Amino acid sequence: MNRRRAGRPALWLLPLAFLLVFYFYPLGRVLALSFSQWVSKGLAGWNWAVVRDAVGFTLYQAALSTLLTVLLGLPAAYLFARFQFRGKEFLRVATTLPFILPTVVVAAGFNALIGPRGWLNLLLMGAFHLAQPPIAIQNTLAAILLAHVFYNLSIVIRTVAAAWEGIDARLENAARTLGASPFRVLHEVTLPLLRPAILSALLLVFLFDFTSFGVILMMGGPQFTTLEVEIYIQTMQFLNLPLAGLLALIQLAFCMLITGTLIGTGRSMDVPLMPRVRQENLRGARGFTEKIFVVGLSAFLIILLVLPLLALTAQAFFIQSEAGGWHFSLTFFRQLFLNPRSSIFYVPPITALRNSLLYALAASSLALVLGMLVALGASSNSRLNRWLDWLVMLPLGTSAVTFGLALFLAFGMSVSAPRWYPLLIPLAHALIALPFVLRLIEPALRSIPPNLKWAAATLGASPRRVWREVELPIIRRAAATAFVYAFAISLGEFGATSFLTRPDIPTLPIAVYRYLSLPGTLNFGQAMAMAVVLLVVCAASMFLVDRLQLSFNIKEETRKHA
Amino acid sequence: MKKYLLLGVMILAVALCACKAEPAALTVMTHDSFVVSDDVIAQFEKENNVKVNFLLSGDAGSALNRAILSKDAPVADVLYGVDNTFLSRALDEGVYEAYASPLLSRIPDEFKLDPQNRALPVDYGDVCINYEKAYFQQHNLAIPQSFEDLTKPEYTGMLVTENPATSSTGLAFLLATIAEYGPDGYLGYWQRLKDNGLVVVNDWNTAYYTNFSGSTGKGAQPMVVSYGTSPAVEVVYAEKKLDESPTASLVGRNMCFRQIEFVGILKGTKQRALAEKFVDFMLDKAFQEDIPMNMFMFPANSNAALPREFTDYVQVPEQPAALAPEAIGQNRDSWIEAWRQLILQ
Repeated sequence: MNRRRAGRPALWLLPLAFLLVFYFYPLGRVLALSFSQWVSKGLAGWNWAVVRDAVGFTLYQAALSTLLTVLLGLPAAYLFARFQFRGKEFLRVATTLPFILPTVVVAAGFNALIGPRGWLNLLLMGAFHLAQPPIAIQNTLAAILLAHVFYNLSIVIRTVAAAWEGIDARLENAARTLGASPFRVLHEVTLPLLRPAILSALLLVFLFDFTSFGVILMMGGPQFTTLEVEIYIQTMQFLNLPLAGLLALIQLAFCMLITGTLIGTGRSMDVPLMPRVRQENLRGARGFTEKIFVVGLSAFLIILLVLPLLALTAQAFFIQSEAGGWHFSLTFFRQLFLNPRSSIFYVPPITALRNSLLYALAASSLALVLGMLVALGASSNSRLNRWLDWLVMLPLGTSAVTFGLALFLAFGMSVSAPRWYPLLIPLAHALIALPFVLRLIEPALRSIPPNLKWAAATLGASPRRVWREVELPIIRRAAATAFVYAFAISLGEFGATSFLTRPDIPTLPIAVYRYLSLPGTLNFGQAMAMAVVLLVVCAASMFLVDRLQLSFNIKEETRKHA
Repeated sequence: MKKYLLLGVMILAVALCACKAEPAALTVMTHDSFVVSDDVIAQFEKENNVKVNFLLSGDAGSALNRAILSKDAPVADVLYGVDNTFLSRALDEGVYEAYASPLLSRIPDEFKLDPQNRALPVDYGDVCINYEKAYFQQHNLAIPQSFEDLTKPEYTGMLVTENPATSSTGLAFLLATIAEYGPDGYLGYWQRLKDNGLVVVNDWNTAYYTNFSGSTGKGAQPMVVSYGTSPAVEVVYAEKKLDESPTASLVGRNMCFRQIEFVGILKGTKQRALAEKFVDFMLDKAFQEDIPMNMFMFPANSNAALPREFTDYVQVPEQPAALAPEAIGQNRDSWIEAWRQLILQ
């Protein structure tokens, strides 16, 4: 053991260096610039009431969104962790898809569904003979909450379900046999065991909602001001860097405080658990109540998560005629391959797809490797390791505008720099994905009972072999989930990318935005078609990862039984 | 894990090779809406034996901000796309070098807002209210002729505009109302608009594609603050051929704000001669005639011919709103703040 502990700095030195160079150095640059302008020009536009309101609303909407997401996500996690049902793989992938979609596209999907002339509204108006659309949530807090739940539900589902699958169902059964009510089992056995995973999910969802930008801007509307939106306005419109820098610091301070508290709480709750064989706890729904639960919850998830995706997919395939009818057409997809104005920036969808996939592959591999290194280095409870664990979370809680500007100031200030931008994109994506990887892998790693490792070591296994044959197989499930997330984050990332992108090497989300910058049915349709391409590719890669993982497990099983 | 690491390194290596060193290069910083035909730019590159790189840096405001932040070590040689709403910030910050291009003689004086020729006009266009023709026909509604008309009860809840703090069209529309009512009267007008059910969203995308009834989004408002050329774009990018645009613009007195876009040579460029050639190229006929159908703006050069789509479908306001760039520069932030206090409270 001592040998390993001594070897640990080598593990986290690389991630620390990465963080220093690509996060703290750029951030330092932008804050230093803000501060020097503060000294030379003074702090203009400081309005305590506005800042207080922005901080208040940011925390309020993030807390409310997170609470809703977790409340809805826990039953869904239970569904995925304990039940086998038809269409489960599809549903699992579908719940993760919102994650990759640019906000403009999601807004279009919701509009097609619950906009003033959306399907649901037309349906309800027809059914109940209403004159006005009954659902009107544009530019309300409800729209923000709905979009946040839509985006982040899968974080709770995947994180908690992965932990739940690992809990030995016999523990719960034993409690039941001893006379505990199902509620008491949940309260005294299951939830305490799940608490680290729930806290991880809570933290990730909160950070996402806390720094959310597109959703607040497009779904919430101008009357809602969060710190992120205010930073954007102060930077982009007023070029008031002192105020923007101050707001970014306030945002960062809250993010540090909340992250520190949640990580600290999570650490004291670890319970080592014997790892279970995957799918051992799964079974079909039995009895009326369980069947209702499975069917009802699946239906709810489909309505909440799949219907908006279907709505935007329909807009890529169906064209509304002037008479009001709809007809099927592949025009929008065909048009993607044409460049009628012979624009120099035209990029065929296949190329945009290739760019996105390459970036995503590089970013997720990098994030996974770095995340593993931090998790291994930080799993011991030394103070330094706890610090590192905490620092890694910060990029997720940092304003994308600030971070994008920081990268530009740090690495974009030379004439040859634009050539290097494409390299910075996967690095920035990896920084944003790293917290996910860490929050998924670390709880899994810490739940491994130490006696397993000791037993292996006693039997003469080298630390490397203990890692390869004990720890790695156990955390493989968490690692695969982490990889999928990192991949999805990179595919969908827009904020930092828009600062670093080069017009000849766009990613898919950038291409979607480009189409939507002009009016016209064709532009809108092509944006939707591009989004569908993004959805299909992402769904395919997730199926692939889920399948690979499954087949790997089955291979392991057959080997063990042989 | 090693496999992943190797994979990552390989991908980085491939990406590295993809951006191999290029010969004599000119870098043009511009906004995301910049588009040009490949043959037009290829001609310039061939004649001058240069490779032109474009840095699309967000909207016009953020492109300028990046030029300002990097002015001690400029990342580009030419900056195109600063418009009259941001012109005074660009001039005050001193990002440009003056260049009196010989082609300025072909550009009407009304566009030359910088007498020192640091910023040279390239193109212009109007931000106007678009309306859905079918809606007004079906409901037998008269077309509003003035700002004042928009406050009448028959148009309650029918207009969507953008937040001037987050959108350039929103800012242009705000400036048009200031040109009409003056710095002391515009807030009173906005109060009346607000009382008449004005809808405000943050970005043009949402306004046009979610709120506007004339777009694919089928929203609730039949009037939207967009561009004077949007009706033509609707025809050009229609899914099937249209004889008539589904939308049109309100072009009453002062109702449209005229945006003029400028190009300038960035201070500290090491390619002054090439940069001059590029500015000339942008003001010359080939590029100027390429502007309308790519960026949907009007060429500033009066010798450039307009495409049929522009002459057929774009209404040109007789008296567009105009404000001096200095006045905009001095007051823009406080005008926006006052507007935010009034409208968003």
